[in-house]
Amino acid sequence: MNSEKKYKLLQGNEACVEGALAAGMRFFAGYPITPSTEIAEISAQKLPQLGGKFIQMEDELASMAAIIGGSLAGLKSMTATSGPGFSLMQENIGYAAITEIPCVIVNVQRGGPSTGLPTSPAQGEIMQAKWGTHGDHPVVALTPNSVQETYEYAIEAFNIAEKYRTPVILLMDETVGHMREKLQFKDPSEIKVVNRKKPTCKPEEYVAYRPDEDMIPPMASFGEGYRYHVTGLTHDETGFPTNNNEISGKLVQRIVDKVEKNIDDITFYEEYKMDDAEIVIVAFGGVSRAAKSAIDNMRNNNIKVGMFRPITIWPFLEKQISAVSEKAKEIYVAEMNLGQYFLEVDRVAGKKCPVKKINKITGELITPKEITDAVMGGRE
Amino acid sequence: MNTNCSDLTEKYFRVNRLPHIWCPGCGHGTLMNTVVRAIDKLGLNKDEVVLVSGIGCSSRAPGYLDFNTLHTTHGRALAFATGIKHANPKLHVIVIMGDGDSSAIGGNHLIHAARRNIDITTIVFNNNIYGMTGGQYSPTTPYGDFATTAPFGNIDKPFDLCSLAQGAGATYVGRGTAYHAPMMQKLIENGLKNKGFSFIEGLSLCPTYYGRKNKKGNAVKMHTFLKDNCVDVKVLEKNPEKAENKILIGEFYNNPKPEYTESYQVIIDKFQNK
Repeated sequence: MNSEKKYKLLQGNEACVEGALAAGMRFFAGYPITPSTEIAEISAQKLPQLGGKFIQMEDELASMAAIIGGSLAGLKSMTATSGPGFSLMQENIGYAAITEIPCVIVNVQRGGPSTGLPTSPAQGEIMQAKWGTHGDHPVVALTPNSVQETYEYAIEAFNIAEKYRTPVILLMDETVGHMREKLQFKDPSEIKVVNRKKPTCKPEEYVAYRPDEDMIPPMASFGEGYRYHVTGLTHDETGFPTNNNEISGKLVQRIVDKVEKNIDDITFYEEYKMDDAEIVIVAFGGVSRAAKSAIDNMRNNNIKVGMFRPITIWPFLEKQISAVSEKAKEIYVAEMNLGQYFLEVDRVAGKKCPVKKINKITGELITPKEITDAVMGGRE
Repeated sequence: MNTNCSDLTEKYFRVNRLPHIWCPGCGHGTLMNTVVRAIDKLGLNKDEVVLVSGIGCSSRAPGYLDFNTLHTTHGRALAFATGIKHANPKLHVIVIMGDGDSSAIGGNHLIHAARRNIDITTIVFNNNIYGMTGGQYSPTTPYGDFATTAPFGNIDKPFDLCSLAQGAGATYVGRGTAYHAPMMQKLIENGLKNKGFSFIEGLSLCPTYYGRKNKKGNAVKMHTFLKDNCVDVKVLEKNPEKAENKILIGEFYNNPKPEYTESYQVIIDKFQNK
């Protein structure tokens, strides 16, 4: 390892590209949209220097399609967008899920619905990240809250996508995308990079969608001599479409299970001052920064308050939230929407303790004072 | 090169996926055959051929063929294909789409793939109807014709797909038919040879929906219609009167220009040579 640490003052969006490149991203397709555009711009700048490929597509439908094509041709692929574009990408996110083609989708959330507030932060796509594309499907969504974490979880997003052969969503918000902080680059020797599992059999023995014991089929790239068929139709192990009900059910169950049953492997969260906390604030992304500040202030007034911060937004961290509810007297879910993550927290924790909402949809970050007021107001 | 049909079947088809799902008399089988013959004629390595399709009757073709095959979402075949070609320019990327697939839901992707002049050979199996969903009018259903969603006659004006592709920047453009199979094959061969975006429209026929709705008769009659009503674009040079009220077929445009992935490689090379 280099004795000299490499630091840079960077934006969250810039750190996202740095992390993606460190993870091995060599293909980016995207369409300009605020507040994610820097991710495309920097990718356009850096990828050809590394022999990688950038392309600006005609829209987000095409961007999502192109990264799936790029990944199938063997390059680690990513796109980046914001709400309106994320809506358009839903179609082919489902395609990536059922065809099990690894890729990373960055959504820097802005105010919605529709064109909404293009330059303002929001967290309105918590539920869309999970249910945006039709049908049952696996979802992994990670939410960083700093420039450093954006870098690190961009790497993690690629690793999860490659390991589990599934689309992974890096769910940022405008606050994190545009904040500037110190980024400490990792030495390449410190970075764990996961690459998709390749077939080791002869091409004539390759059954493209036959899973190993880990539920994940090895993936050949197009052009490597393993000629096979890929379809968004429900398919059997050979990859060809089937109407067989049992096989269809098994396929969907497997692609969901390969993620859900490995949840411990993709569980990331932070607990802040939780040891003796009686009041727990659940917050993530930009809002968690304000929550920390609020907690510090309240702690100065001897309020036993702490924070549970999910970094893995999906799959839902049921086990951890359930444990929090065992000890907490009250839980507040603070988010820049009208209460989306709240629904899941309340489902799991609501039986044990009151779960309350702190919401803001004005296109502004929730302030520490607003969190403090909500918590303290509830105590008077 | 193989000319014997059973040799070609053995070499290029996933025989265990046959028979295909197309209706009796459908023109798509013939058009699929011309694609295979063109690939065979050029002697392309099967491992390096990628066939991409969208959704609809046409989109089932790649599943029957022994290449790297990708059956994508409706209209998006060219966007997926663009990703594949850009990521690995060594691959021969061929896209098969239908008329609605390529020019309604996929119209935006078509014009932009053409504009980029990315080296993809696009073949549209045009049967003037949405067959898979049961006979709704498409962007190539002629004005006044009937469809299940045009019970009183179609008031949309149809696209001329070749003009659309050429206008958008395709560098090779031609039209063949399921009747004029040798010409269709030749156009596909030329399209594959063109280093750039090639667009070949194959007029197909749908006796089941379009034919029935419009009293066009059986498949033989519909083939005869193609035979009697299509003239090679070459007649325009000496006997333009022969083209009157006829459908033009043949090679319309062949004008190579810088190809997208090659242009991108020039950018990459600048950094490699530093």
